[in-house]
Amino acid sequence: MDVQIWTYIIVGITFSIYIGIAIGARAGSTKEFYVAGGGVSPLANGLATAADWMSAASFLGLAGIISFSGRDGSVYLMGWTGGYVLLALLLAPYLRKFGKFTVPDFVGDRYYSQTARIISVICALFISFTYVAGQMRGVGIVFSRFLQVDITWGVIMGMAIVFFYAVLGGMKGITYTQVAQYCVLIFAFTVPAVYISLMLTDNPIPQLGFGADLVDEPGMSLLDKLDGLSEELGFNKYTQGQKGTIDTFFITMALMVGTAGLPHVIVRFFTVPKVSDARKSGLYALVFIAILYTMAPAVSAFARTNLLATIPGATYTEVPQWFKKWENAGLISWVDKNKDGKIKYGPGIAFGENADGKLKPQLLFDKSGELQRGKNNEVILYNTPSKNSNELYIDKDIIVLANPEIAGLPDWVIALVAAGGLAAALSTAAGLLLVISTSVAHDLIKKSINPNISERGELIAARLAAVGAVLVAGYFGINPPDYVAAVVALAFGLAAASFFPILILGIFSKKINKQGAIAGMLVGLISTLTYIVYFKFINVADNKPENWLFGISPEGFGTFGMILNFIITVTVSKFTPEPPQEVQNMVEALRYPGEAKK
Amino acid sequence: MKQSDKTLYWKKNLKYLLILLSIWFFVSFVLGVFFVDYLDGVKKTANGIVEDPESIFHGFRLGGFKLGFWIGQQGAVYVFVLIILIYVILMNRLDKKFNIEEKEIITSDH
Repeated sequence: MDVQIWTYIIVGITFSIYIGIAIGARAGSTKEFYVAGGGVSPLANGLATAADWMSAASFLGLAGIISFSGRDGSVYLMGWTGGYVLLALLLAPYLRKFGKFTVPDFVGDRYYSQTARIISVICALFISFTYVAGQMRGVGIVFSRFLQVDITWGVIMGMAIVFFYAVLGGMKGITYTQVAQYCVLIFAFTVPAVYISLMLTDNPIPQLGFGADLVDEPGMSLLDKLDGLSEELGFNKYTQGQKGTIDTFFITMALMVGTAGLPHVIVRFFTVPKVSDARKSGLYALVFIAILYTMAPAVSAFARTNLLATIPGATYTEVPQWFKKWENAGLISWVDKNKDGKIKYGPGIAFGENADGKLKPQLLFDKSGELQRGKNNEVILYNTPSKNSNELYIDKDIIVLANPEIAGLPDWVIALVAAGGLAAALSTAAGLLLVISTSVAHDLIKKSINPNISERGELIAARLAAVGAVLVAGYFGINPPDYVAAVVALAFGLAAASFFPILILGIFSKKINKQGAIAGMLVGLISTLTYIVYFKFINVADNKPENWLFGISPEGFGTFGMILNFIITVTVSKFTPEPPQEVQNMVEALRYPGEAKK
Repeated sequence: MKQSDKTLYWKKNLKYLLILLSIWFFVSFVLGVFFVDYLDGVKKTANGIVEDPESIFHGFRLGGFKLGFWIGQQGAVYVFVLIILIYVILMNRLDKKFNIEEKEIITSDH
């Protein structure tokens, strides 16, 4: 059986499981639709949170980013896990005790203000839409790469599946499919990682293998070898960081605090029965996330070593089979600039933009639809070669995608990686779509526009909103705006600068009032939005360290917005009237998980 | 719960949070960002990054890793898991000590 058939079989089986679960877990009430009835066990919630959190970007992109940035990649590893400490210690238990459905519910009630509620709904919608567009694109890409279907059809298939279980099952359906999706994605990530670790270092645990000595060269550690290979080719040493210290601090903090402020993550903690369960599921969630996040940097180092040891200096006939396969998919490309027939790899971009103005290779086809090939039989490109001596283009996604082939694993493992990528993208998309539909049906319709809507009416509204959200997400998946990568920085920055400070202050201080919260949210939001939009969209050419405020990059500016938000909220609250007594009593009640036994 | 018990319970909780979050900050930012080069045994200079023989971690390896690199890519994540684990244990104990009985929280609009 070839890879294609294996992929159809494994993806088919996993999809049937998801649909089966969705049919078994239909939501019958708004409570089931929004928070799975509040009866999910902490273990199941931990698994679901991990799948919800780890997107196509974590599964395919993370190892790739680190592979090309070395120690500087640590910001993502620490940034995307450290936020769970804040969630489990500072937010989850108290928000669970509050006992309502959404983050805007908390903001609206705690700050006794419809304005505060509306601002937070807008933030939640904006953050979630930003994020979901990228997920749908991820689904399309995985489909198109593994099943050779058009990206558009890939997105449509993904939409159909998510539509089925998110619209029917609501949070209840999503939770249990996410549990299954976590199992699929972690298995798919682990199998190739363990094999490669064994192959290179004879250690079955990638987390340890990546510090061990090489099998081929006893006494030489993998990382020393990698540092040496990198330097030889003119790259920086893999284990050294180039980024400035202040900027690294701001980016790491923004990612951590942004994680803790993301509505689709927070809402998962509303699904467990008790306060102690919310704490426990924070622990489970991070354990399950950490399994992938500690393995990813090992995969990065393995793949980078392999790549640098086999490709540079080789002739086209010598390159391994996986090179040729992914070359046909446009994920790796070679332009023989100096016409010596050997692949030269070094720093710099190998060639200019394609016809769409993107730095991606554009393959050329002849009249019969065959790829056009050059003198060495390599695939030739439309793009003009650049002036530097680097001849190789490598897409970062290839690090995870080509792993099974680099390790010479059987075809079913390649199919498994496809199913894992789909599980990661679909689980995150579903969680985000649910936040969008809840925000519309509950926070906007029920809490703002028509408070008299019946339970049945609200459930129908929630389902219709989910349908609308799937369609919008699908549209952006098929016609991705150029700025998808840039807006992810925006989503984290905004979550950090808008939600996090007022949630923390709302729980830990009784004196913070609505004037403070509204002013703080607006200042945090507007300052961060302006800064990121200026450098990422309006004046991209100026996006250089010497132009940044205090040397903070747009990715890290959320931390600055958050600090501003804290200062403004506290100061304004000092000079305006205290919150009413019943609000202060509510805050008091959040602090205790229950009453003393009689 | 009596008011005095409540105050005591909350103060204990705040104390745990303060200690655990200090560890979180120290590991992620002091070790993982500000002193990461020192822990790796290197330093940034005008001519790029060079070996720093003055660092007491110069030449030190933890299971093959330079210390700063390991903290950034592995160690910090393990510490985060431990921090949450310790908090869960401490708070479960505290709930028991104060004899708190948790009932299932009814999620509703009212």
